[in-house]
Amino acid sequence: MKKFKENLPGHIFLLLALSSISALALITGFIVVRGAPIITDVGLKDFAFGMSWAPSLEEYGIFPMIIGTVAVSLGAALIGVPIGICCSIFLSEFAPPFITAIFRPAIQLLAGIPSVVYGFWGLIFIVPFIRDYLGGPGLSILAASIILAIMILPTVISISEVSLLALPKQYKEGALALGLTHWQTIRIVMLPAAKSGIVAAVILGIGRAIGETMAVIMIVGNAVAMPESILDPVRTLTTNIGIEMGYATGVHQEALFATGIVLFIVIMILNATAQYIVSSGKQARGKERQKS
Amino acid sequence: MEENIKIEIKDFSFLYHKKQVIHNLNLKIHKNEITSFFGPANGGVTTLLRSLNRLFELNHDTHTKGDILIDGKSIFDPDSSVTELRRKVGMVFEIPAPLPISIFDNVAYGPRLKKKKSKSEINDVVEQALKQAALWDDVKDRLKAPAMSLSGGQQQRLCIARVLALQPEVIMLDRACSGLDPISTAKIEESLFQLKEEFTIVIAPHNVQQAIRISDRAAFMLMGHLIEAGTSDEVFGSPKDQRTNDYITGRFG
Repeated sequence: MKKFKENLPGHIFLLLALSSISALALITGFIVVRGAPIITDVGLKDFAFGMSWAPSLEEYGIFPMIIGTVAVSLGAALIGVPIGICCSIFLSEFAPPFITAIFRPAIQLLAGIPSVVYGFWGLIFIVPFIRDYLGGPGLSILAASIILAIMILPTVISISEVSLLALPKQYKEGALALGLTHWQTIRIVMLPAAKSGIVAAVILGIGRAIGETMAVIMIVGNAVAMPESILDPVRTLTTNIGIEMGYATGVHQEALFATGIVLFIVIMILNATAQYIVSSGKQARGKERQKS
Repeated sequence: MEENIKIEIKDFSFLYHKKQVIHNLNLKIHKNEITSFFGPANGGVTTLLRSLNRLFELNHDTHTKGDILIDGKSIFDPDSSVTELRRKVGMVFEIPAPLPISIFDNVAYGPRLKKKKSKSEINDVVEQALKQAALWDDVKDRLKAPAMSLSGGQQQRLCIARVLALQPEVIMLDRACSGLDPISTAKIEESLFQLKEEFTIVIAPHNVQQAIRISDRAAFMLMGHLIEAGTSDEVFGSPKDQRTNDYITGRFG
């Protein structure tokens, strides 16, 4: 009895910890139970690679949306990752302290802006700009990519910056003492050494872009069709659920859950990859610390 | 005698955050000799070494007075290039930090940047540097292996080789043997004796015994002041200052 009393706090915390894990299990279980039947009914191939999504005709093919998701996320990565990595290099290596003191919180603030505000801003500002100067309806892959690029910046910048700052300072001093210039030191020594963290930053950023819904619904056009250029509207997996869940019933609802399964698997794979890359980078550095 | 002076430190003071860590230091460092700066922690030895290749400039809020001349030219001359200086004055650190790349590439990446050289020239430079650092026999069969697979002593010799591959004129070692076993330390000291034929060596030994073993000249520093300097025989054999005597006989430190 006395022992139980001593361990009581431990038990209570275990219970609370379990509740968060069980939420994950419940959600996963629910999505799979509700979404799996349609995948088996329609067939995985026709579901994932079907070209037509027409719930009223009982056609449930999500391939155009998969392409839409890939296009929008890749576009976001192409725009956001170079800017993000350069920004992290600037903050960790070049910026004088007073600039870092302004930039860092500002970038964190970027992460705090609600996604609906991003979407609204995109709709009012970027969409008309694209329509007027580049053509097409404006609601497009390009518009969504630009907004998502901004939204993933905080993730890419902060994780890359942390991985650059976490490098042993001997790397930098050793390289500079060999007569390398500051830029050579960054390019030849620091970036390769921080590679695992930076790659993880990119993957987590892409994961965030894939999962984003609200801002994308507002500016991507949501047309279920294969895009022919980046100025065409598309529908992504997330926006498909977001738009139709309000009125979907029966098989249609199941199809949306199945869309969720696909999304869930993609995000899980991305996160697991990021975690694996980060931990393997840490291991490599851990080994050399032991040696030194 | 004068032409044998490689480095001349003239009335040199160093301030860090407005705190003076080196006070008006004057010293001449001779060519083809091992000069050691020794003394208890916080004495300014590391700062002095980091001044000789201007590595202190990585830190904010530092300030120097006086001058340091190498071959008669001020290293603080605004026209002189700091990367040139650091190639001329190579430095080996307390904690060996080879890069997470292969043994060969660790030594080769400096010379590769310096000039456009052919592959065979690079190979020769790397081989010679590894031989001079007494590491060649240990690694000649596994040059492509990661540098992290080497032992601590081998890693430190790799860092020495990496400096030698740039063909510097001065080599500085900042407590480079402090984490090493006696056998590795002996190997490094042995290679230093050979290297001084070609280079000027400045060393911050990790203890007095090492200073006595390897120095041609020695300088004792205490709380930022140069207390005493001279040939090894003078400083360790018959120190003029009581504090030097007390330190090398182990009365404090």
